[in-house]
Amino acid sequence: MLELDFTIRTVALGAVLLGITSGVLGSFAVLRQQSLLGETLSHAALPGICLGFLLAGGRQLGPLLLGALLSGALAALLVLLFIRRSRLKTDAALGIVLSVFFAVGIVLLTYIANQDHAGQAGLDAFLFGQAAAMLPSDVALMAWITILALALVLVFWKEFKAVSFDPGYSVSLGLPVLALEVLMTLMVALAIVIGLQLVGVVLMAAMLIAPAAAARQWTKGLGSMVALAALFGAVSGLAGALVSASARGLATGPLIVIAASLLVAASLLLAPERGLLPAAWRAYRARRKLPQQRVLIDLYRLAVAHQDPGYPIEQGMLASLYGFDPGAVLAQLRRQGWIRPLSHEPTEQAHWALTEAGYRQAAELWGR
Amino acid sequence: MIASLLASPGAVIMVVGALVGIASSLLGAFLVLRRSSMLADAISHSVLLGIVVVFLLTRDHHSPWFILGAAAVGVLTVALTELLASSKRVKIDAAIGLVFTFLFALAILLINLLARNVHIDTHAVLLGEISFVWLDTTPLAGLEVPKALLSIGAVTLINALFVTLFYKELKLATFDPGLAAALGFSPTLIFYLLLSLTSITAVTAFEAVGAILLIAFVIVPPAAGYLLTDRLWLMLLWGGLISIASSILGYLAAVALDASISGMMASVAGGFLALAFLAGPRYGLVAQELRRRRSRFDNAERMLLVHLYQHEGQPGSQEERRVAALASHLRWRPREISHLLQHSLDHGLVTRGPSDTLLLTPKGRVLAQEVLEPWRG
Repeated sequence: MLELDFTIRTVALGAVLLGITSGVLGSFAVLRQQSLLGETLSHAALPGICLGFLLAGGRQLGPLLLGALLSGALAALLVLLFIRRSRLKTDAALGIVLSVFFAVGIVLLTYIANQDHAGQAGLDAFLFGQAAAMLPSDVALMAWITILALALVLVFWKEFKAVSFDPGYSVSLGLPVLALEVLMTLMVALAIVIGLQLVGVVLMAAMLIAPAAAARQWTKGLGSMVALAALFGAVSGLAGALVSASARGLATGPLIVIAASLLVAASLLLAPERGLLPAAWRAYRARRKLPQQRVLIDLYRLAVAHQDPGYPIEQGMLASLYGFDPGAVLAQLRRQGWIRPLSHEPTEQAHWALTEAGYRQAAELWGR
Repeated sequence: MIASLLASPGAVIMVVGALVGIASSLLGAFLVLRRSSMLADAISHSVLLGIVVVFLLTRDHHSPWFILGAAAVGVLTVALTELLASSKRVKIDAAIGLVFTFLFALAILLINLLARNVHIDTHAVLLGEISFVWLDTTPLAGLEVPKALLSIGAVTLINALFVTLFYKELKLATFDPGLAAALGFSPTLIFYLLLSLTSITAVTAFEAVGAILLIAFVIVPPAAGYLLTDRLWLMLLWGGLISIASSILGYLAAVALDASISGMMASVAGGFLALAFLAGPRYGLVAQELRRRRSRFDNAERMLLVHLYQHEGQPGSQEERRVAALASHLRWRPREISHLLQHSLDHGLVTRGPSDTLLLTPKGRVLAQEVLEPWRG
């Protein structure tokens, strides 16, 4: 039991670290509209992992991750080369590098498997992630990478901010934009390296996109977005790790990704300013208010024209003016205390006049 | 002969690989041109959900419902992505990444939860097992024909028919969606048809090449074709040829190395793309560089002629027309100058005058005048 708890704790800690790093670094990628670069780099890590295995002669995490980082960096460079020096567009460059690197990785993976290396079983884990195989020493390595990534973000905060929002302006400021972009891309590769063992190359893209996309809905500021993305990433990691520990046979990676996706869905729907439901509610309110304002203003203009703030207006006249029965709208205005009903000799028809508050409200609306 | 071909595993594998490549790249060409290549990646991942759901419902490995399920999930992926992007809350690239990873994770979770005792091998679904396609056969016209060959052959035929019948519409919708819409062809409908067929191709091919490698077959050959030509039909043709060549070479290399066949086929396709990128006739890196050098040289030669022309009959022209002056006045390097002089002398544009000077020939003078006063004709 104690051992099991220990494993769960290791996995949970690793998942939280992954969530923090990918949330922070993913924020910049999402803002720079390079969300799919993570998808390409994570698939492109596979050949590096295999080469690391072949060169180190075994499944030591250090060489594997170094290989992943290097082949990720090479992939990013190739994407850039294709975009700059050929007629291929970004999407094709990403797709080509992703699939060809992955294919080479598969070739190497099967080559290693067929060479009957001892301990190659661990390599497959990088495809889909295998949280259970994680050791405390792996988590320690992840922690160091997380610290490195966070430190880099802190040191280059202003520069990253400028490059993310306005690369052209950053060039004119004299910032080394290309170098900064390369650094940011390398850091995405770092985040991927951390996630490989937990969620695998196939689902890693989600870890970079989802927490950042969710955080973006709640805030406008970069600082708060990055912090929130780290929090969302950590929460998804923790949730995925705990749920997968609670039931046998549930892979951790997909659960983390589903948790992050649910956070995105909740944020898209509920976030106060950008959320779809609050926006729909505001639109509904505005739609309801519009006829009220129109009637209120018309009453005001009639009152002004007759030089009598309490000028009584016949409901039937309004109905023929609008072509619909304004009874419901008038009732709403009355509930808000802006108009009052009154009778007007000699007819029996319903009449309405502005209250003092209504007159002020209408004057303000009309004045706008 | 057909019987002996069918009995040879290698031949069957190569033909299946080539057919997967042809079927995929026919559609992929339009995805590349539409700049939606990554949608192929998204679809090929999320199709797994369709496969899992259909399998859980029918418990049958060879159900025709797979086709419908795949098409449905493909359309769902694209529709969700576009819905998300049109809400303006996330950008299109993030939308793609969010939708397919979610659907894919859902599929893996379903496999974990429900399909553990029944056999869906995630590994095979994602990476494919093209080396076994020749084992599973069905009798047809007195021959034992591999099922995969039949299904992928049928899909290739359907895709080829689609592209041939709707060639004009596809072309129009791809290159000028606005005009297509104005003329009454719905580019959206054509696009969704294209993506449905991509999903169907993905589900048919997944047994052979797997979901993830499929994108290599969809995008890489037509992208290589795109680097080689400006004609759509030539691009499709190149895509097909590269698919066939990748399949054959990939199979041979994989057997030699004892490694994944489909992975090797995709890698070889990548090699062809790299070749096209480097050595393509018009857009290749080498061709670009040669063109750059060529135009730099032409400009330098024109500069030389204009320089000599401007100083004809002027005071001090003797000094300006000396070869040594070119280095200091025009800041040319000695090697450049000798190369340039050789060319200009050979083509009779300049002649050598006394004391290391240069004189324009009549031909050279005409050229210089053309540069300076092109309107005189």
